[in-house]
Amino acid sequence: MGDTSYTLPIGPVHPALKEPTMFQFTIEGEVVTEVDVRPGINHRGIEFIGMRRNVLQTLHLAERICGICSIVHQYAFTMATERAAGVFEVPERAQYIRMIMAELERLHSHLLWAGVAAHELGFDTLLHLSWKVREDVQDVLEIISGNRVNYAMYYPGGVRRDIPPEKIPRIKAMLKHYAENFQTLADTFLDDPVIKHRTVGVGVLTKKDAIETSTVGPTARASGVYKDARFDQPYEAYADVDVKPVLPSAHGFDDAGDVYAGIVVRLLEVAQSLEIISYALDNMPSGPYRQEMNVNKVLMMLKKADGEGFAMHEAPRGEMCHYVRLKENQDNVDSWKVRASTYNNILAWQRKLIGQQIADVSIVAASIDPCIGCMDRVAIVDAKSGKKTMMTEADFHRLSVEKSRRLRK
Amino acid sequence: MKVMNGDELAAFIKERYGENIKSMRVDKFSSNGLKKSEFHSVWMRVDRDVFKDVIRSLKGLHDEIHMAVASGSDIGDEIELIYHLNLYWGERNRQLTVNVGVRIPKDDPHIPTICDLIPGALITEREKQEFLGVVVDGIPDSRRLFLAQNIPEGYYPWRKDKEQKEKMDKLYRNVHEEGV
Repeated sequence: MGDTSYTLPIGPVHPALKEPTMFQFTIEGEVVTEVDVRPGINHRGIEFIGMRRNVLQTLHLAERICGICSIVHQYAFTMATERAAGVFEVPERAQYIRMIMAELERLHSHLLWAGVAAHELGFDTLLHLSWKVREDVQDVLEIISGNRVNYAMYYPGGVRRDIPPEKIPRIKAMLKHYAENFQTLADTFLDDPVIKHRTVGVGVLTKKDAIETSTVGPTARASGVYKDARFDQPYEAYADVDVKPVLPSAHGFDDAGDVYAGIVVRLLEVAQSLEIISYALDNMPSGPYRQEMNVNKVLMMLKKADGEGFAMHEAPRGEMCHYVRLKENQDNVDSWKVRASTYNNILAWQRKLIGQQIADVSIVAASIDPCIGCMDRVAIVDAKSGKKTMMTEADFHRLSVEKSRRLRK
Repeated sequence: MKVMNGDELAAFIKERYGENIKSMRVDKFSSNGLKKSEFHSVWMRVDRDVFKDVIRSLKGLHDEIHMAVASGSDIGDEIELIYHLNLYWGERNRQLTVNVGVRIPKDDPHIPTICDLIPGALITEREKQEFLGVVVDGIPDSRRLFLAQNIPEGYYPWRKDKEQKEKMDKLYRNVHEEGV
């Protein structure tokens, strides 16, 4: 280290980061010359816990890995379990419901990210706009599953709930709402001079680096890597839809691998998800939505199973995979490996951050869309009186039930 | 680039490494959607001596090979690592998943690094070192990654032997009193 370089730690808990992780920067003046990423601050040993529980318990545990894209872990875990067991046939209707849920999640996750990115740039009006728009898909998720997060939809051999015909008009209303508002959001993000100034050429990941480090998802596609798990290996209902990896260059932008290209990819993927959901709703086959309704029978099928399975799903943040091994006459998952998208993007993070201004660190760090934890809704302040009231768990439950009832009407 | 399907790739690897391939199977998944398109997944168990050569051969087939992850399990006296790799991505329904398994004895838990072939393997190799106690020879960065820095050396959470289980249980029992 020269005389003029300093070491600057950011994290483990820092206002510039929305989740606990640790960066150690070496800076020369204001420019980052070296980065060391030290994750693990929030490591909860989920795989360790999962290997001590039965498959159905682990299924619900898997959903709790992430607070935003919770369903992607359930999806990949379910597919890996089904492949390991080899006795499940997923009905076509269930495959379509799985795809609809996965795409709804991509919608809300990308809109959430858009808000976070705007916030990191200091553009809080846009944060509020994005999150306001996002509420509609959250409502739809709640109508389908009863929950805004952790939908508990997937199940070995199908899904846990059907999407009955009477709910479809509400989902279609949401699609229409987004189709009408999409352009406003896209224009605000893509044409705003301040956003352009702060994101074009910032946090660049070259295509060569992206491929070398096995980078996944929008982060890789922003660099021009033509890769998407739904396209490379169409699984389940994705075999029926013509998903193509979204590259900025196909829409008149540069595959520059910078923060701006990341925004372009995610926004266009919102439009792509809307198309997929619309196709799935119109072409959903009829039939059962689960192979076996009896939970004990499913548990017995899983207990008799002996084998291993590996499954990938294209999560909002990129390809993510689960490896599951089951042993005969054993209730618990014998071996489990979870590989979330951000895991493969750590090395990309490092390469993106080198050479950046220290002030841009937070947007560059956010540009790979790291998995951020849950939102809290605890203190309520009455604007008129300024009176603060704390909400208890029971209050939340009451409000949540009331809202579900209201939405059902 | 010649694109192989699962069966062709299995035959290619078998022919090249013969006795050193302990097992080989090709899983085919064809109940996808209404179109029922099919994709393959190749599973193999190879000897440690040829492990790196197998990875090199796979890279020879597709230079832009994608490293998904390496999973690891304790299977008694040995640790089994499985490297999950994706070949031929970039065109619709062309990707082939190749799962290369290798068993290494616990009393000599060495495995060569593949970071020189696929730099993206670094994160997963570091993780395997700290959670399973394998030693990745030649790894560019051998520091811990996810495990807390203050967990003592020699604690491997994913090992299932009695010694490690007792150690981990003790660590967890006392965690609220003493901290880790």
